[in-house]
Formats: sequence, C-alpha cells, structure tokens
Amino acid sequence: MTVFCLVELDGGAGPGGASGVADVSLRAITLARGLAASASGTPGRVAAVVFAGLSAGGPGSDGLESESESDGLESEGLESERLRADVGPVLVADLAAYGVTDVYAVSGIDGYAPLAWARVLQWLLSASPNPGLHPSPDDSSLPSPGEPPHPLPEPSRHAVVAAGTERGNEVLAHLGAITALPMAANCTAAVDNGGGEYAIARQRWAGLLLEEAVLEAPVALLTVATDSVSPVPAERPAAVMVHHVSPLVDGSDLAVRAVETAAGAGGASLATARVVVGGGRGVGSAEGFAPLEELAALLGGVVGVSRVVTSEGWRPHTQQVGQTGTKITPDLYLACGISGAIQHIAGCSGAKNLIAINTDPAAPMMTRADYAVIGNLHEVIPALVTALRERAAPDS
Amino acid sequence: MEILVCVKRVPTVGGAITLTADRRAIDTRMSGFTISPHEECAVEEAVRLVERFGGSVTVATLGPAAAEEQLRACLALGAAAAVLLETEPGVEVGPIATAAALHSVATGTAGTTGTAAGGGFDLVLLGNEASDTGDYQVGIRLAHLLGWPAATGIKALSVDDAGISASASRTYRGVLETFALELPCVVTVKEGINLPRYPSLPGRLRAKRAAITRVPGPVGASGGAATSGGVDEPARDVRMTSLLVPDAPKKQAIVLGRGAEAVPALVNVLVELGVVS
Repeated sequence: MTVFCLVELDGGAGPGGASGVADVSLRAITLARGLAASASGTPGRVAAVVFAGLSAGGPGSDGLESESESDGLESEGLESERLRADVGPVLVADLAAYGVTDVYAVSGIDGYAPLAWARVLQWLLSASPNPGLHPSPDDSSLPSPGEPPHPLPEPSRHAVVAAGTERGNEVLAHLGAITALPMAANCTAAVDNGGGEYAIARQRWAGLLLEEAVLEAPVALLTVATDSVSPVPAERPAAVMVHHVSPLVDGSDLAVRAVETAAGAGGASLATARVVVGGGRGVGSAEGFAPLEELAALLGGVVGVSRVVTSEGWRPHTQQVGQTGTKITPDLYLACGISGAIQHIAGCSGAKNLIAINTDPAAPMMTRADYAVIGNLHEVIPALVTALRERAAPDS
Repeated sequence: MEILVCVKRVPTVGGAITLTADRRAIDTRMSGFTISPHEECAVEEAVRLVERFGGSVTVATLGPAAAEEQLRACLALGAAAAVLLETEPGVEVGPIATAAALHSVATGTAGTTGTAAGGGFDLVLLGNEASDTGDYQVGIRLAHLLGWPAATGIKALSVDDAGISASASRTYRGVLETFALELPCVVTVKEGINLPRYPSLPGRLRAKRAAITRVPGPVGASGGAATSGGVDEPARDVRMTSLLVPDAPKKQAIVLGRGAEAVPALVNVLVELGVVS
C-alpha cells in the first residue's frame, strides 16, 4: 500500500519562505509509516504530498509541459502551471529521515485552497494513467539519484493521512466528501487488518476519551492527533524519489482559498510555541498579565490562557488553551493560577514538561504537574523575572 | 436572511469522564446535557445576522427525543423554528449519515416550516466540531451535498450589506487566513467568534411554548443502513467498538517550594529543561 501524507510546512507561508516540515506533520508521517508497515504483502510506501511555495523558473521547470485535459482535472489556464514547486534538499532530507519514499511536490495551486488540495489528493490516488504526473527527469540534487522511477501505485488499499490541524481536517473532510469515503479525525493509532479493514484509535473530547474503532474503506482517510503520536524518525533514512507534479485544477475548486496575512500580537503561534506561560483565574485582571508577558518574552515563549480569562475579557480568545481553544505541544508549559479544568487539560496534555504555580496545592493542575510551586503567582512571577534578568546580565 | 444552525446534544463534562459498563458510551446518569461551545456561538452569530438583515433562524439537531431540551435552549436565544431528527436513544449516528439527514432539513424535504419551508436557506452554520465525537467533517459533507462553498474553523464572519457574499477568517499556525464565500454557503465556527448572550426571560417563555417539528432521523451506525445519500455508493461511517479513558499520568509533582523562596529551585529546573541557558 501507499500511504499518502499531506505535509504542512513551518515558516514559509509565502513564496521564498524557508520551509521545514511542521512538527504536526512529522507526527502524522510517523503514524503513516506505522500504517504502511502494518500492511501485508508488498512493502508499504510513504509518499509525502507537499504543496510548496512556488519559485519561478528553477532548474527543470522547462520540463513541465502544459497538461492535457484527459487527466480529469479541467484546465483553467492557471498562469502558475509552469512554475515549479520549491522543495529544497533540506526538506527532502527531513522527509527521508522519517522514512518517506516519495515526495510529490505540487505546483500550480497558489496558496491554500482546501477543495483544490483535496482534488489533488484524489488525483494522486486515482489509478488511471495520468499524463499530468511528471516524475522529474533531473533529480540530481536528491539523495537517491540512481533509483529508477517506479510505476504508479496499485489502485486499491491506499491511505491518505494528514495532521489533525485546521487544514488537515478540512482537506481530508473534502476528500471524504468527493470520494464518498469515511474519514476518521484525530487518530492516535492505525493498523491495516487487510481486506480493506483498518483498526484505529482516535480522540474524542479533544483527547479526554479514546475511541477504538473499525474503518472499512478501500482507501483509509485519517488525520492524526497533533498532541499524541510522538514524532519518531525511521530506523534508517529512506531513498527518496521526488515527483514534481502540476495538476490542472478546475477554477470552481479554487473558489474558496485563503488570503494569508500576519496575525496580530506578533504572530507567534500558540500551537507551535516551545514555551507557553499560562495564566488563569488567579491572574485576576487584564493588567495582571504584564509579568506573564515579560516572563514569556524572557523564555522565548508566548502567553496562553484558560477559558475563564477569555470569558472575563482579560485576554483575546486566540490565546485560549483547551478543547475549544488551541491544543499546545510545548517543551514547557508553565501554568500560573490555573486550577486545571479537564477541558483545559485536554489542550495542554501534549506538553513535554509541566510546571504549575498555584496557591492551592490540591488543584488538578498541581497534581498533574512535574514541578509545583505553592504560592501566589503575583509574588513568584516577578521574583522569577528578576532572577532571570540577573542571570542574563550579572554585572548590571 | 434565512439561516439554519445545526447543533448536537452532548453531556456536560465536569471533573472526570466515566464510561458505562459496556464501554460504549459516557455514563450520563449524573450529568446534564448541553450543546458545544462552538455551537452556542453559531446560534449567536445567526441571531445577530437576522437582527441585521431580517429573516429567521431555524435550529436543527439529530438526536434522541430528549434533545428537545437543547432545541428549546436555542429557541430561547432567538431561533424561530426548530427541527428534531429523532434517533433511538443511545444510538450513535456517524458524520456521513448525519450530514445526509441535515441535508434533508437544509433542502426543506424534512420538516422545515415557515419562510424556510422547501429550503431557501442563505446560510448554514455549524460548530467546527462536536465536542463529544469530534469528527470535524459534518459541515463540509453537508456543503458538498448542497453544492455550496464551505469554510471551517471560522473565528470572524462578516457578510456584506447586500447579503450576497461573506468574508470568513481564522488563524492557522499564527497566520490569519481569510476566505471569501458567495452565499448560500456553509460555515463552521469556533468559540471566540462572538460572546453568546444569555437567554432573555421572554425568550425562555416563548421557547417553552414553541412547537418543535419532529421527523424520524436515520438509523444509527449499528443498524448499518445509514447512507451518505446522493453519492455513488453508500459509504459506511467509522464503527466505534469501544471507548477508553486514557490514564492520567500518575506522577507525583516535585514541590519546588512556597512563594518567592521557590524561585532559585525554579530557575534550576528551567536550566535543566534547557529553556534558560
């Protein structure tokens, strides 16, 4: 079987941005690799599908000819169809380390258009001879220049996997709708039982509950929980074949597309932050967040809050951690004055390390923490900020 | 503007989740029920749009007879009509079958009354995901059945004065994504898009007396007969076999101290963790 994995990139939101594989996608690839390995018969392959930033020209771009319309995807005369997806050697090496055997670098779709992305995945899945598919003739920069192009995968028993992000869930839901296939969101495990039957485990209640389930479908569509499966590289890097593809997409599939602008508040993302300083009811007021902001800046992190804080209007909802806010997976979550309602725990249980500061030693957040400080955050945080400043500049 | 809002009755989860003996459902003997926070915001957003454009809000749910409670709560907030697609208690209906059932409401073939009879909706709003099953797909599947555009996870929605197009945005990994949509369309929203109002007393009284349209819903996943409707072949939803409460990590927190006296130990931990050099 071939497990196609929709790969999301960090950093390079626009053309020319430096792009790495997003942590959530490394988790998705890890699950995809396990799923491919569980299939009996021919060794499973993991194929990364990258909708990359576009770079004009570039080596080999002349090799991309206009597609015929027999591929089932109507031409709408996209002007970018002669551009080549920008998939650098670093990105390919990262994917190889995680056992990815094929990279489909998709160009011709400018930006994020959920239905168009789903159409491309459908097109990659389709077994029909596809003149739009161009194995690149000049993969000299790639780790596996000697490997011959392999034929398209067999028609059945594929899977498509994506990270359980806003985009991943959305694209796979579209794919499920247009292919009349079931889709399982936020999986934590998946095994091919053979015969078109997959045993899966998936999150309910944002991970407070796990569902064990059976998925019966010729093609399994799965998204992977962003805070559960740990990203694990393959035992040895795979030899990667890069395929530059430029499918022609019907204009109507591009009708809904994202216009991207930098979000407010510095644009730092709660979802990807390595350090999150959390504030809850104990912070007491909007003004009370100033020391937490200062601490977050010193630690190179961002501020996250509990639901009561946004309900009180102390902080914007974009900073809410929890089931109905953002799920976080930082190296450190420093929870200050947060008692730890289970809807909040659902959002922060993916943190590698948890430090809690609370006046109540019996608060659920304190009992869940790795380290606890019993006390008032309004005393502890300013003292911590002072200590960190002195440490950074001992002479002043 | 005629707006359909789809909601789902879910248990109110407090301190901890406990399961029934057969591990196929949450034990709700001691719990209340509600709709998801995202859906409360969907109702509020719909009511605000109707306050601006005129028209009415119809609220629909697929669930047991007891889900009438959630429909009345939505009526108290300003919805004018309510449709219950009634299912057997305790039977789960998956997202494919749910979308097909909601499609019959959205097109007016199942139980819509008033101005929206026979369909005629300009907008369908849902929560981004139900807080219990978290399938993340009902809105999109419904949009495809209707042939309408869709946007999901929306935290800001603005409709132009003519009521013909909408701008919907969300944040994705620190970037603001804005989608332009033509009405009619399907939008799934998230908490934070607005601050829902509390029901007024007149609203509650009206909701108590309001008629609710009841129509039989689809057979649940365990019945195996639910289909996706309108697509090439019936697709089966994912079949749940059992539920499991993940073990909370049973670790003993290391107490670093009390108050500001704990700061040196705290700094040492931050150094150990590599967040401070």
